[in-house]
Parts: sequence; C-alpha cells; structure tokens
Amino acid sequence: MSQAVKEKSIYADAFREFSGRRAGEPVWVSRLRGDAFESFEAAGFPTTDDEDWKYTNVAPLARRAFVPASAAAEKLESAAVETFVSAEARRSRLVFVGGVYNHELSSLEAIPGGVAVEELGAALAGEHAEVVREHLGKLSGERGDAFSALNTAFAGGGALIHVPKEVEVAAPVQLLFLTAPGEGGSASFPRVLVVAERHSRLDLIETYAAAGGDGAEYLTDAVVEVFVGEGARVTHYKVQDDGDAAYHVASTRADVARDGAYELTTVTLGAQLSRHGIEVLLGSEGASCRVDGLYLVGTGQHADTHSLIDHRVPRCTSRQNYKGILDGRSRAVFNGRVFVREGAHQTDAEQSNKNLLLSPEARVDTKPQLEIFNDDVKCSHGATVGQLEEEELFYLLSRGLHPDLARNLLTYGFAEEIVEGIKFESIRAQLDSAILNRLRARLEV
Amino acid sequence: MHATVEGKEILRGIDLTVNKGEIHAIMGPNGSGKSTLAKILAGHPAYVVTKGEVLFEGRNLLELAPDERAREGVFLAFQYPVEVPGVSNAQFMRLAYNEKRKHRGEEELDPLEFKDLLAERAKVVEMDAGLMSRSVNEGFSGGEKKRNEILQMAVLEPKLAVLDETDSGLDIDALRIVSGGVNKLRTPENAIVLVTHYQRLLNYIVPDHVHVLYKGRIVRSGGKELALALEEKGYDWIKGEVGGQQTAIGA
Repeated sequence: MSQAVKEKSIYADAFREFSGRRAGEPVWVSRLRGDAFESFEAAGFPTTDDEDWKYTNVAPLARRAFVPASAAAEKLESAAVETFVSAEARRSRLVFVGGVYNHELSSLEAIPGGVAVEELGAALAGEHAEVVREHLGKLSGERGDAFSALNTAFAGGGALIHVPKEVEVAAPVQLLFLTAPGEGGSASFPRVLVVAERHSRLDLIETYAAAGGDGAEYLTDAVVEVFVGEGARVTHYKVQDDGDAAYHVASTRADVARDGAYELTTVTLGAQLSRHGIEVLLGSEGASCRVDGLYLVGTGQHADTHSLIDHRVPRCTSRQNYKGILDGRSRAVFNGRVFVREGAHQTDAEQSNKNLLLSPEARVDTKPQLEIFNDDVKCSHGATVGQLEEEELFYLLSRGLHPDLARNLLTYGFAEEIVEGIKFESIRAQLDSAILNRLRARLEV
Repeated sequence: MHATVEGKEILRGIDLTVNKGEIHAIMGPNGSGKSTLAKILAGHPAYVVTKGEVLFEGRNLLELAPDERAREGVFLAFQYPVEVPGVSNAQFMRLAYNEKRKHRGEEELDPLEFKDLLAERAKVVEMDAGLMSRSVNEGFSGGEKKRNEILQMAVLEPKLAVLDETDSGLDIDALRIVSGGVNKLRTPENAIVLVTHYQRLLNYIVPDHVHVLYKGRIVRSGGKELALALEEKGYDWIKGEVGGQQTAIGA
C-alpha cells in the first residue's frame, strides 16, 4: 500500500512546479491539466492485474521519477537532426528536442497559406485557440488511462495541425520528436492535435528518435488526437525509433466523420518497453479506416499494441493488418478489438496479425477480438505465430544463398507487405535498413 | 547410394555416373524414388543418406551444405517451385547470381547491370519482363513457375542441373518453350539429369542415357530407345521383369 501511495505522488512536486511555469495559460487549459493530474493520481499507473495491461508490466517506469522536460533542453546541431527528417518533409516539419519545440530546426516553407502547423502553446495564444479548445482532450479519454492523463497534465512540446475545408496539403507534415544525448531520466509529453476539416487532405509523419546516446533511459508519453472531417482523408505514419533503453507509451485516437478516411501505419523499432494504444471511432456512415503496423523487436525489447476500432453506425469499413518480427529474447503483445455495435449494419471489417519468431526465446501474445452485436456484417479476423518456412529456406539455399542471407531475405519478404503500402520512400528506406541491419544483413535492396 | 526419409528407405542402391556434356534421363513409376534422388543431390534436409557417396568433380557432395553445393555448380529445378512472398524475382536472382560470382572471386553486379543480364537470359524461356518484379513464383501459373526454374538455371549456369519433373503440368506450348530453353543451355561443359515420368519430354530433349528407377534401384539402363520401349510397353513391363527376378532371388 505504501508503495502505491509513493508511486502516485511521484509527480506531485513536478506538477506543482510545472503549473507555476504555465501560469499564463488560459484558464480552461489549467483546469484540463489539473483535472487530468487528479485522475492520474486517482488511477495510478496500471499494474498487470489490470486486464488491459496483463502482459505489459510498467512497474520499472512507474518506480522511476522522470523529470518533465523544461525549456532548458539540450541543444542539437542541425546536422544531427537532418538524418531524422523525412526527405519529403524537409520544408514542412516541426522539430522538438527533449519535448521542447525548436524553431531553428523547424521549417514550414511548404505549408500552404490558411493551414495551421504550429506549436501547441503558440496555437493556444493565437488565432486557432478556439479550434484547440473545441477539440483538445475530446478523444484522449484521460479517465482510467494514467498515461494519457499524465500527458494532459504535463503536455509541453506538441503541435496543432489544422487543415481548413477543401484544402489539400501536398507535402507531408512531419512532427519529429528527438531526444538529445544526455537526457537520461527525462520525460517528454508530446501532444498532437490534428483537425482536418471536411474534404481536406493531409499526410502526417510522426517520428520519435534518439539523436545519439542510445543507452539513455527516458520516457516518452505521447497523445495524438485526430479529427477527420466529412469526406476528408488523413494518412498518418508513426515511426517509433526511440533509444534502446527508452520507455515509449503513446495513445493515438481518431474520430472519423461521414465518408472520411483515416489511414494509420505504425512502425515500431525502438524502446525497451513500448505500448501503443490506438482507438478509431467510426461514428458516421461511410467512414473508413486502415490501421496497419509492423513491429520489429530484438533482445531486451517489449512492444505492445492495443487497438480498438469502434463501428458505431452502419456502413463503415475498417482494415487492420499488423505484422511482427521478433528476434532474440524479445516480446510482443497484440490486442486488437473490433467492436461492432448493435445498430452498425453492413459493417465491413477485417483484421489480421501475423508474427514471425526468429528465435526460440522470442514470445508473442496475440489476441484479435471481434465483438459483433448485429448479424448484417462482413467481418473476419485472424492471427498467426510462426517461424521461417523450411521449404522456402531450402529453395533459397538451393540457389546458393548463404543461410544468413536466406533467412534475412525471407524476413524481409515477410515485412514487405506492410513496407510496400507506405507512401513515402524515406520511411520505406528507413524500414528496409532497420530490418536488414537488425538482422545483420549485407543485403542492399 | 542408399537413402531414407522419415526412417523409410527410399533409395536402395543407386549407382550412376554422369559425365560432362551428357544428358541422362531417369524414369520410373510413381514412388520409385526419382524425386528423392533429385532432392538428395540438392541437399534437402529431410533426406538422410545412409550409405554411399556422391562424387562431384572429385569431392563428396554429401559433405557440403545445400548452399555450398549450389555455389559449386549443382542446380535443382524443383518439381513444385516454392513461392517466396515479398521478395521480387529479380532481387532473388541477383542475390543468387552475386553469391556465385563472389564465390568465384568476381565482382558483384549492381541492380542495373543485373537487369540487363536478366533480360538477356529471360529470352531463353520467353519469360515476360513483368514477372521479374513480382514476388518469386507468387501467383505464377504452373507453366510460368517451370519457366522460372529454367530461367534460374540460365542465370546460374550450373555444371550439373537436375530437372525434377519439369515437364509435369505443362501444356504442349509450355513444354516446347521449357525444353527449348534447356536445349539452349546445354553445353559440352555441363551435364543435365532429367527426372521424368513420361517419355514425352524426351522427344524435345534427347538424352544420351536413359535409366529406369524402380523401388529405389536402377533396374535398367540404355539409350534413348529404352524410353520409347517404356512408352510402348508401360512400366508394368519393368515391374513384371524385376518382380520376377526378385521372386527368383527370394526363392
């Protein structure tokens, strides 16, 4: 009991201090933060007794008092940053270092007029304050989710992206969250709000990476809320390549309006412990979503994906395809719920989770769940856990490929289904090289 | 040579010499051990050689891993070519080709250089360029898969090519293309072993020697006329003769 109390109050002083620094924020924001912190204190970090956290033990990070990043973040040379910038987004990027927005490293030249891409704090004080107020926290569900609550309480570096109706943003917008070397023990709370008004188009690339100092233990606790307007389309890539010793907990929640489309692809490469919660609400007819992902983990890594696709009304479509590659002593969790409500007739939902275990010490817990409350639907789901196919391996060997290369090629082939669906060459290339480097391949593609 | 799969003896004493420049046909009824022989030569892990050796240019092939055999110049055209999702045909063949070049101490080819080479070799089996960027054998028709095997043979230029029922499942046109390709790849320096159930293939690829395999042994060897005799009389002819002998020995 005393342990629990101690854990809950671990951030109390930090929050008091943080609130003091944020005294100039609008009252509604302070109230939102205060309420969120209270619900964090009330809930505490989840334990493995909690069904949703059964396979993911956050005790190591709950015990540790990470220090919320302040303005005095470490500096990063722009050359060190460029390697993490997607080539397609050179002139449409916001860069955050240690959870703090860095104006010098950012560029908004390619953002068309009328479209807002700005740091969340600035947005609160500017002309889009009302957009933020209308949407912020409407999806994040702080109650009962300690990490989302903690994020709302401390949300610092973050962004507002607002695309007015019928505007197509040609260049992808990249939000790059970097951790500088020497930021061990720090916590950042990225908070992103995307509002795509009706018939608009947006491509978003959300990237987390450690710029050097791979061994630092830090916490990223991110919350992203996406509002896809009527007939709008948002294509969202999340690339999580945090440092080897990092903790990454994130929540991505989207609300899709009539005939809108939300396409999310997540790539999980980094962190010793990562947890990604995804929630997509299909609350108007004709709304659709595609939620794809690839997790690639090795010794010492634990990657957990929990998703919920909520079909609330008739004639919505969802597609979900997650693939995992586990090497060494690693562990992954996939829990995918597709919820089809009573009135949601003619729902069309597919879900698949396939896992490739490259080592006898790797372990995956996969649980696809379809919960259907009406019978006029087309739904399918499935999960597999397997190893490389012996006959495929022999075929490659019989052509003279060395065993390592043959295994790498088959692994690469397994991932390709997800990789080839990625629109941006820079992400595909990053993923290819991550797969191949991870497997120590000398396979250039 | 003797060999077993899952503890069951399939090959019960194979003695065979193949010289370079020769084409041998191995025929036999279903279950006689033809495909087992082909897979053993390539080093399939499911088959265990219990007795004997396979000498290839003076080395015991059985001591080499499957990939080493391939780099030394042994090639198996699969009866059922394997689909490899997510790996393009061109990429696969370039990697295999470069493994071989490295083995010989030669420079690797980059994707562009290899593309030219592949386009050239593809003519041997009239292979559509569209199939090069597709995943290996995935969604290929039966005929396309077999042509793809011969294309790999054309790319890798093996010293010993074992073609395991390459004619099965082919219509007349595909059979003509595939066998035409094999004929083009025949040189005085390489050797080809055709494993087949039917004489039909041998109208297109004319063998120097024909062997009949039955119950794990070569029971009859001869020239191409042996295949014609088989076609005429059927395998029951062999079964009858051999069966009679065995009864005699047993008695």
